[in-house]
Amino acid sequence: MKVTEKEVNYVADLANLELSAEERSGLLRDLNSILDYIEMLNELDTSNAEPMAQVSVNYNTSKSNNGGDKVGYVMREDIVEGLRKSLSQEAALENGPDTDGAFFRVPKVIER
Amino acid sequence: MNLAGLTINAARSAIRERKITALSLLEEHYATIQAKDGEIGAYLTLSKERALEQADRIDRMAAEGKALPPLGGLPIAIKDVMSTRGVRTTAGSKSLEKYIPPYDCTAVARMEAAGAIILGKTNCDEFAMGSSNENSAFHPVRNPRDLSRVPGGSSGGSAAAVAADMAVAALGSDTGGSIRQPASFCGIVGLMPTYGRVSRYGLIAFASSLDHIGPLTKTAKDAATVLQTIAGRDPMDSTSADVPVPDYVAELEKPIRGLKLGVAQEYFAEGLVPEVRQAVESAIDKLKSLGCEIVPVTLPHTRYAIPTYYLIATAEASSNLARYDGVRYSRRAAGVKSLSEMYRRSREEGFGREVKRRIMLGTYALSAGYYDAYYLKAQKVRTLLARDFEQAFSRVDAIITPTSPTAAFRLGEKSDDPLAMYLADIYTVTADLAGIPGISIPCGNTQENLPIGLQILGKHFDESTILRVAHAYEQETHAGL
Repeated sequence: MKVTEKEVNYVADLANLELSAEERSGLLRDLNSILDYIEMLNELDTSNAEPMAQVSVNYNTSKSNNGGDKVGYVMREDIVEGLRKSLSQEAALENGPDTDGAFFRVPKVIER
Repeated sequence: MNLAGLTINAARSAIRERKITALSLLEEHYATIQAKDGEIGAYLTLSKERALEQADRIDRMAAEGKALPPLGGLPIAIKDVMSTRGVRTTAGSKSLEKYIPPYDCTAVARMEAAGAIILGKTNCDEFAMGSSNENSAFHPVRNPRDLSRVPGGSSGGSAAAVAADMAVAALGSDTGGSIRQPASFCGIVGLMPTYGRVSRYGLIAFASSLDHIGPLTKTAKDAATVLQTIAGRDPMDSTSADVPVPDYVAELEKPIRGLKLGVAQEYFAEGLVPEVRQAVESAIDKLKSLGCEIVPVTLPHTRYAIPTYYLIATAEASSNLARYDGVRYSRRAAGVKSLSEMYRRSREEGFGREVKRRIMLGTYALSAGYYDAYYLKAQKVRTLLARDFEQAFSRVDAIITPTSPTAAFRLGEKSDDPLAMYLADIYTVTADLAGIPGISIPCGNTQENLPIGLQILGKHFDESTILRVAHAYEQETHAGL
């Protein structure tokens, strides 16, 4: 067993997931079986392989863009309204489960 | 008008020649949806108001004798992971059950600007996580060819809608095979473009280094037409590539004679059903008879793709899904007393089983003490997988494989075994990891009359070649469609 019950609880905490006892035991089983399968990656020698976080660093090269080579295409002018007008406050709040018309409301953060 | 097999080209000619109005074509599609979708379940939300407005706009242009935009009047479906202004967008999740986006996804906006009419939003696995569409929080989708079977996933609703003539074409998303595998299961065409070819602005993120938007259509030519519309740099998505967009439809007509097509034995290994193998092998023979040179290639790291994918995709998902906190737009649990309880209980209520499983696996793989062993290791293996393709593509123009090791399986067949479900993506995840384009086209049926898919993989930004091979094969095998 790679993952223990204690670790399932710890990871659920990190992920902000409330889980039922039944879900916890199911996850304990599933995670262990998936991680057992994933174990096969250790057959490979990766000492000569750089970690690959994005494919696009290899090809998105626009020399005309400021920033030069590899990540030049992600640069843009720093302008106040950006590329799209910001949402109005009303539109931004529209999907909020609890608002007062100006802010999202949430339960108290600091207990007294 | 007979909607069966109705392609973009045919529908477009009918509208341009004023044989049919955009409105009546739209109404016929809604009537088909009304008649069929009760048992198929492809749609989650219909956007009738928005559709009628657009149909009216197109018909007025036609009446005034104005030139119609390229997709003028074509009814299409949009996978419910793409944001649509004013139209509910759920990602197949309870956590977004009531979410109404205040803006449009770029791909959707481009389709609409080109004259397409959005029929509605199609069902999918929750947050695009699944290979059967059984992970939708609302209801499963059934395969139009056989209602006891899954349509594939996660773009199962989009594939079923096109296959059942409930849309002329659809947009889907592909992170590990979610366009190509359902296209294969439903007997249609599904194209995943190169990573960065199509803007993801407004796509609800699953795994950002792997997510792609692409078309599901009835023909390769239709896929080329849709790609033409949605491809190209979008300043709103910094990962969209600044690479010129060719004329995909014109490129289709170039000959395929002399093209070198790679075949890798790793894609014909254990687990491949004999009927699928046979169909794919005879498709390869057909391409050979059309003048292509078949070249054996090797992609030695293929068997490591699934474990690599499930570490990278879940790690990225665990981060992307942190935003569903019950504060700004996602479901909030009732009666919570503290902020922490609100987060935890809202996510417990909002997420389904597979989503929680993936968040847990991804969080674990990123957590202190395990990061190097899992996430970093997977990123390195990803490099090896990408190198496999680089080497193969130094010798060939495209690679031919099966899309999936089996035809559509039955509902419930794999839903209790996550690993068995993950292996349904074994031939598709590699292209997502390497960022290369891939297309699935129909290449025959099993004895039970279930569609079989042929996958054609191409070089970065060379969608033209794989579309051209797909088109030539299609012309040869079911001429007249």
